[in-house]
Amino acid sequence: MDAFLNQVFAGLATGGIYASVALALVMIYQATHQVNFAQGEIAMFSTYIAWTMIDAGMPYWPAFFLTIAIAFVLGVLIERVIVRPVEQAPVLSVVVVFIGLLVIFNSLAGWIYTYTIKVFPSPFPKEPLHVGDHFFSAHQLGAVGVTLVVLALLYAFFRYTPLGLAMRAAAQNPTSSRLVGIRVGWMLALGWGLAAAIGAIAGMMVAPTVYLDPNMMSGILLYAFAAALVGGIDNPGGAVLGGFMVGVLENLLGAYVIGNELKLAFALVLIVGVLVVRPSGLFGRVHVTRV
Amino acid sequence: MSTKQLLVSATVMAGLALGTSSALAQKKYDPGASDTEIKIGNIMPYSGPASAYGTIGKTDAAYFKMINDQGGINGRKINFISLDDGYSPPKAVEDARRLVEQEQVLFIFNSLGTPSNSAIHKYMNAKKVPQLFVATGASKWNDPKDFPWTMGWQPNYQTEAATYAKHILQTKPDAKIAVLYQNDDYGKDYLKGFEDGLGAKAKTMIVAKASYETSDPTVDSQIVQLQASGANVFFNITTPKFAAQAIRKAYDIGWKPVQYLNNVSASIGSVLTPAGLEKSKGVISIQYLKDSLDPKWKDDKAMKDWYAFMAKYYPEGNVKDGSNMVGYGVAQTMVQVLKQCGDNLTRENVMKQAASLKDFRTDVLLPGIKINTSATDYAPIEAMQLVQFDGKEYKAIGDVVGK
Repeated sequence: MDAFLNQVFAGLATGGIYASVALALVMIYQATHQVNFAQGEIAMFSTYIAWTMIDAGMPYWPAFFLTIAIAFVLGVLIERVIVRPVEQAPVLSVVVVFIGLLVIFNSLAGWIYTYTIKVFPSPFPKEPLHVGDHFFSAHQLGAVGVTLVVLALLYAFFRYTPLGLAMRAAAQNPTSSRLVGIRVGWMLALGWGLAAAIGAIAGMMVAPTVYLDPNMMSGILLYAFAAALVGGIDNPGGAVLGGFMVGVLENLLGAYVIGNELKLAFALVLIVGVLVVRPSGLFGRVHVTRV
Repeated sequence: MSTKQLLVSATVMAGLALGTSSALAQKKYDPGASDTEIKIGNIMPYSGPASAYGTIGKTDAAYFKMINDQGGINGRKINFISLDDGYSPPKAVEDARRLVEQEQVLFIFNSLGTPSNSAIHKYMNAKKVPQLFVATGASKWNDPKDFPWTMGWQPNYQTEAATYAKHILQTKPDAKIAVLYQNDDYGKDYLKGFEDGLGAKAKTMIVAKASYETSDPTVDSQIVQLQASGANVFFNITTPKFAAQAIRKAYDIGWKPVQYLNNVSASIGSVLTPAGLEKSKGVISIQYLKDSLDPKWKDDKAMKDWYAFMAKYYPEGNVKDGSNMVGYGVAQTMVQVLKQCGDNLTRENVMKQAASLKDFRTDVLLPGIKINTSATDYAPIEAMQLVQFDGKEYKAIGDVVGK
């Protein structure tokens, strides 16, 4: 029973990681209706930027917020310079561009920072919290908290601000949006910027747990993708819940049912399964198109 | 035997006789060697999941650059061609073919990874091109009878694991052992050596085994599983990132077994420091090279030379990364072999000289460890030192073991 609870806690902790990255995936999907495979690598690269600043002696929180700002600009720039020219291209071309970005950022980070793992500091207390006999690190709790705050902000942004509404409109129906005066191009760029910023937060929350290295996000992205799909790729709350579900399920199945070897296969089965049975996810809106 | 065949064999015999009696008088070359140049091929994972080890190839290149700056080997400059395979075996095959057939290298040196080297193993031996000092510790590279053109360098994983097993049997005969291993050739090779080392007691002593994939974000769940088994000894067969995670997680959840850590991840700078020096206290491993962060080598000449080399030829390299020490040591061994070859730079002679290293020491080997090879012994480094980390540095346990 003890081990079982420890597995659940460890699962919630990794689930928090998946949730935060899933959130960034949902963000970009909301804004552009595309799944950005380079999302994880952009987050990893932003985390290196934060690491550089902290390593140079900057206190944690200024570095944290400055990194978010830099990531935002980076996201906007990528959209303007690289993605925009292929805007009208078929979806496969766009996917290839995303994969290209993934490889570029991965290699760039390796080239600049080498592949040796780096310790990324956590803003939360170092001492682990003990709930009875069970262990939960303060950082992991803090990271879950940060993810929930980001989720709330995101929800409020899309639900209550005119800009959020305009962004959603631009993604769903670019032509009509343009007719009512929304600058669709900039909305897309803004979406990229926001997604990169959320990714940066995710990266900075993930790095203290898994250590910072250029391949930090490669495994995580797949689980995050599964989480986003389970929760519904257009539903931020669902994606976060999906993240926790994937984390806990993965641990419990790995420990008691299918064995550790099949954990990744479980994520892939989940992706395929959701796409086949319920493409909109557990909490996603079902899209109906009149034909 | 036809006259022609006789003639050929006579010529070969004469050539061999000449070669041994007056090696200096007769210059002999295979593709890739000339009066001015020795062309060496190499395959490294500069990209992909094992890219952390790519730095070994960069150290090799830097070392050869230094040798060239010092005038080369017997007047010949080394032309080092290093290709990226992304740790993907099919890509490694492509690279090997390109190096052998297109670039026409004399031999391939220090190609990295058990999967990649396995993929080109048969090709290299069929082509009779040396596959020298491969950067992997699998035991299969020491097989001169079936694969006379392939040789390893570092101590092999099975021998290392057996050393731990022996130590456990001596110091804790009633141990309950938990094992965490990477689910591939490398992890299973260690596991096999370990189980063989424990012998008949392996079944009862090993109470839990958990594997992980390199795509797993963390090994936290596995550590929780292993703790639950009630084990009091933990054998950690993991690559650097996961090793650091495992050590930290075990400490954080209050699991305090005797920890054995494979040499692949024993680096103080790139594993124990990120895991936390306090949390790593008591970790037992083996060493065969000096650790650049170990304070006891502060005034060691070889270490000073190494730091000077890194500063001048590979300044962007991380001096905390043990891989750069490996690259330096293996490149130094290669240079020794080429020196021994003299002017007879045929593939056959390169292999012959590689298999005739006698008590050779690269500066960065621990004292007491020597490199010996022969026509029947293709395992250059077979001795190792059990060490225990005391929170600051590794302290030797007993003497150097093995040959």
